[in-house]
Amino acid sequence: MLELHPDVALRPEPFGALAYHYGTRRLTFLRSPDLVALVEDLGRHASVDDALAASSIERRRWPTFRKAVATLAESGFLRDRA
Amino acid sequence: MPSPLVEELKRGLDAPICLTWELTYGCNLACVHCLSSSGRRDPRELSTAEAMAVVDELHDMQVFYVNIGGGEPTIRGDFYDLVDHAVGRGVGVKFSTNGSTITAERAARLAGSDYVDVQISIDGATAATNDPIRGEGSYAMARRAMDHLAAAGFGPFKISVVVTRTNVAELDDLAALADGYGAQLRLTRLRPSGRGADVWHDLHLRADQQVDLYHWLVDRPGVLTGDSFFHLNALGESLPGLNLCGAGRVVCLVDPVGDVYACPFVLHPEFRAGSVRDAGGFIRVWRHSDLFRSLREPQSPGACAGCGSYDACQGGCMAAKFFTGLPLDAPDPECVHGHGERALAEVAAGFDAPRGPDHGARPGAGHSAVAVALGPTRRD
Repeated sequence: MLELHPDVALRPEPFGALAYHYGTRRLTFLRSPDLVALVEDLGRHASVDDALAASSIERRRWPTFRKAVATLAESGFLRDRA
Repeated sequence: MPSPLVEELKRGLDAPICLTWELTYGCNLACVHCLSSSGRRDPRELSTAEAMAVVDELHDMQVFYVNIGGGEPTIRGDFYDLVDHAVGRGVGVKFSTNGSTITAERAARLAGSDYVDVQISIDGATAATNDPIRGEGSYAMARRAMDHLAAAGFGPFKISVVVTRTNVAELDDLAALADGYGAQLRLTRLRPSGRGADVWHDLHLRADQQVDLYHWLVDRPGVLTGDSFFHLNALGESLPGLNLCGAGRVVCLVDPVGDVYACPFVLHPEFRAGSVRDAGGFIRVWRHSDLFRSLREPQSPGACAGCGSYDACQGGCMAAKFFTGLPLDAPDPECVHGHGERALAEVAAGFDAPRGPDHGARPGAGHSAVAVALGPTRRD
């Protein structure tokens, strides 16, 4: 299961947030406030879908968010929870 | 079609994404293209306490990292104290150096520090190409620093190159050099800023070289560019990056005396937004200066309005226009469609390029040194 990498800091912005990984020095943009809330909440749920179900994000938008989460995991902004 | 994110970034953020901080104008080199015309230290440089306070402001604004340069920033006696303070406050540091102070001992200490990136500047894959631009012996000096960092196990430091007419043929060799060290290659655009104004006409890329560079970069998305080359996006698919001029919107520059400029390439009174020494400090300058507010207004495509490539290249670089005498809504002087060359031809022959302050070791010395050093390149 995933969580925000401890080396990642989020800076709230009107479009969502800036995310910076202090380890890899990578910077990325979380392009919606919903995605920011989801990413911050991931660590409290057993799966991405559980986190989505607990959020206010409409079900039809879930595929977009699943994809965004997968991209953040691939680039190291999220990590597997021990 | 520009993305909504890019449109939002053009309107500016409450804090820069990152900023460049030239810590000193003092330098033991006198590179012919120095953006800040560095040489001598300015007696009004920020004190240690003032610099620490700037770091604290960056922390408060959640600026994740700062690019420290100069001059040669490591000649400041408090340089590593400032770096430690920044890192301690969560402001990562990448500093640019000519390598002269990166001894084996210093490299070992740097290897033990997190959140500090080192960027060594060279401007050619050989001393024969590099030294006419950066000075006699500067290539060997930079390579020694790279050797020390590699031996100390620093990890992937960066090798930063300003692409010029004379070194563009060596890009493969530079990539191989970086690979050999496990380093990252970073290429940036030659700008006609600072002393760069003296050499730009001789050293900026020819049109065919720009096309070659574009394709070379498209094939190597891992090469860093600091979004330097977005004017080349008019040649086809966009290079990685935000494809926008970030000046005063998402980036800015703080100079050694605390003056805040819109970007690292416009050290000129016209683009000075204020000073960190003013009441309200850096935060107030960033958020409320008239200059930065105006840069965050919608910009007119001007002379580029009728060109189908405007969405791709955004009209290019403000600094490149300003220092070659073009209006800010003119095409980039290096417009890939040749519109810039035509615009330049219309600039009066007697045009006197605007110049920022000169910090050269001896006033005027840089200029004549350039003419001598670059003699051989003037043949083509």
